[in-house]
Amino acid sequence: MATANPTTLPDDPKLRGDVVLDEQTGGREPLVRGDYTFHDITERVLAVNEKPIAQTPSPFKFGIALAAAGFAMFGGYVGYLIWEGPGIWGNNTPVAWAWDIVNFVFWVGIGHAGTLISAILYLFRQKWRTSINRYAEAMTIFAVLAAGSCVVLHTGRVWMDYYLFPIPNQMGLWPNFRSPLEWDVFAVNTYLTVSLLFWFTGLVPDFATLRDRATVKWRRLFYGILSLGWRGSMRHWVTYEKAYQILAGFSAPLVLSVHTIVSFDFAVSQLPGWHTTIFPPYFVAGAIFSGFAMVLTLMIPAREWLGLKDLVTVKHIENMNKIILVTGSMVGYAYGMEFFVAAYSGNQYEGFTFINRAGGPYWWAYWIMMTCNVITPQLFWFKKFRTNVKLTFVLSIFVNIGMWFERFVITVTSLHRDALVSSWDYFVPVTEVLFLTGTFGLFFFLFLLFIRFFPVMAMSEVKGVMPQANPHWEGYQHGQHGHGASGAVPAGAVAQKDL
Amino acid sequence: MAQIFPRWTNQAPTLILVGTLVLGGGGTFGMYWWASPYNTDVGYKPVQPIEYSHKLHAGELGVDCRYCHSYAERSAFAGVPPTATCMNCHTQVKKDSQKLKKLRESWADGKGDKPIEWVRIHKLPDFAFFNHSAHLGVGVGENRAAVGCETCHGRIDTMDVVKQVQPLSMSWCLECHSNPAPNLRPVEQVTAMGWTGDLAWRDKAQHIAGTLNPPGSLSAAQKVLPDGKLATYSTAGCNGCHR
Repeated sequence: MATANPTTLPDDPKLRGDVVLDEQTGGREPLVRGDYTFHDITERVLAVNEKPIAQTPSPFKFGIALAAAGFAMFGGYVGYLIWEGPGIWGNNTPVAWAWDIVNFVFWVGIGHAGTLISAILYLFRQKWRTSINRYAEAMTIFAVLAAGSCVVLHTGRVWMDYYLFPIPNQMGLWPNFRSPLEWDVFAVNTYLTVSLLFWFTGLVPDFATLRDRATVKWRRLFYGILSLGWRGSMRHWVTYEKAYQILAGFSAPLVLSVHTIVSFDFAVSQLPGWHTTIFPPYFVAGAIFSGFAMVLTLMIPAREWLGLKDLVTVKHIENMNKIILVTGSMVGYAYGMEFFVAAYSGNQYEGFTFINRAGGPYWWAYWIMMTCNVITPQLFWFKKFRTNVKLTFVLSIFVNIGMWFERFVITVTSLHRDALVSSWDYFVPVTEVLFLTGTFGLFFFLFLLFIRFFPVMAMSEVKGVMPQANPHWEGYQHGQHGHGASGAVPAGAVAQKDL
Repeated sequence: MAQIFPRWTNQAPTLILVGTLVLGGGGTFGMYWWASPYNTDVGYKPVQPIEYSHKLHAGELGVDCRYCHSYAERSAFAGVPPTATCMNCHTQVKKDSQKLKKLRESWADGKGDKPIEWVRIHKLPDFAFFNHSAHLGVGVGENRAAVGCETCHGRIDTMDVVKQVQPLSMSWCLECHSNPAPNLRPVEQVTAMGWTGDLAWRDKAQHIAGTLNPPGSLSAAQKVLPDGKLATYSTAGCNGCHR
């Protein structure tokens, strides 16, 4: 049992008995702060989910009302778009791709952090992923849905979208399998399917916990269906761990493949500014960059409001900031390399495109991108800034803005100066702002529902990285009664322990 | 704790999985099969205003198709004969037949200005343009060939009432457009019924097909000519039939 009420713990780590550098954690900072028992973790994580509907906190109600309004607006906008067609956008020759594709690439990119955290960090035994992976996976799925709605709607005649799939038909018509846009359909669908399965598999034991603790019938039924008859037997855990590992193996290549194929949408064409072989690695780095920024943007307020600061510690934020620094620098290198290649190739069209990008009519977009993606993340070289939560929050939003502008710069500035000077044009959005806002409404609506009804952390995994899960755990050092070493290790911790 | 769900729910995941596969696969196949023109259009056999028998005229009497459908070789439409064409004979033959009452009514003014309203059988969607003349003779000199009437319309000479025998679906068009040789015949044999080519012709047809590039043909977009040069054809695209 808990010795102290977790909600009244003092802020000073020393006062509340944190083990800052402990041999139990191999000399590293512990991933879970505070002197919690396993049961405390369950209570903490499920506190949000188990509040009766009538007692939903008002900030949450306000948030979900706002998101629902955005989502409803999106519904209306989609109706308007289908009725009128893409003529309600500013797209026109030569800028035939603009915010529709920019938003798509933006959202798909954001999804990548979830897969990276859940699959690659899992396979590399990075224990710090445990308290953020569920959250990031949910973000992935909702971001892919937002991205999907952009592409599905940008076709104009949305009722013909089934042509994207190779369905046998009496016309003898098939999609163009040589087109990267078709590869995109498969890449994004695979990505959504695997991410959804991965997310759901991880959720099953936690749903079962919610089911077993449910006090009202609808919760028992709702979580009962979702937990698929999970009883927590050893055999269940063994199967679960295998399934989880297999899905992690499936997902890992997707981190690289999906955005590679998205980059092919551009790179396979012959337009100067798009026709570049560095696009795949550059896009993947950018995707992880933007995804981690979005995780931080969502996580920092959430850990504050949900009272999970001890489970998502400054250590987690610092680790994510390091990834932002690395991927941000990779993206910066790619920006530089594009200019170098344009100069070194001696191709005047390529050269013009890049000079025009930085100094042409859209210079402002380029420099917003450079500032937010390359310059400001460099602050994270310093530990002082990396561990500053408020600054991290601001910079993560900067990265989100910068990465949106990166896609805008690539798409629009490459197109607006056609090969024929008489076609040159300056793209101005008309109603597209509502489109982007609407996808945010969709995203946040789903995300807030997720926070309210699904466990935001994989409880068994978090328990697995606590010192108590270590077989050599000597008992609570501060003399509290409660769980000893034996028998307290949840089955989910077994895999983690072995890592 | 009491069980939340009854025992049969143990089967639910299996049932849902199998059900999804069966319904999804069955639905797709069902649409593919029963909603296709192979099922909906083939066999269409409307009642015509006059009990005209192709079996009698084209089969037993041996009237050439082009005697009535006289524009077939020269225009996009084969043409439905005006009353005057019928009256070439029927002023003399069977001129009092009860079956020809409507024909005589149409001819009452001596010009046939009020034509007989035949019911059209072979219809294409508005966005597909078929041209009879392009199919009844293409190529030059030695390499001239055609598609026979019977290839698309069936054995008209055996039908009392004409019905549709081919689906006229796009994949059916493409079958021939990607491999025309089996359906080619000498231009002189266009209207022949039950015609089959000999082996020598089959070889020749293969050669002729190589010189043709119907829209949508697999060989059309780019093609290596016998002299080794690469030729690109403008008719390769969708706009051959979808203008």
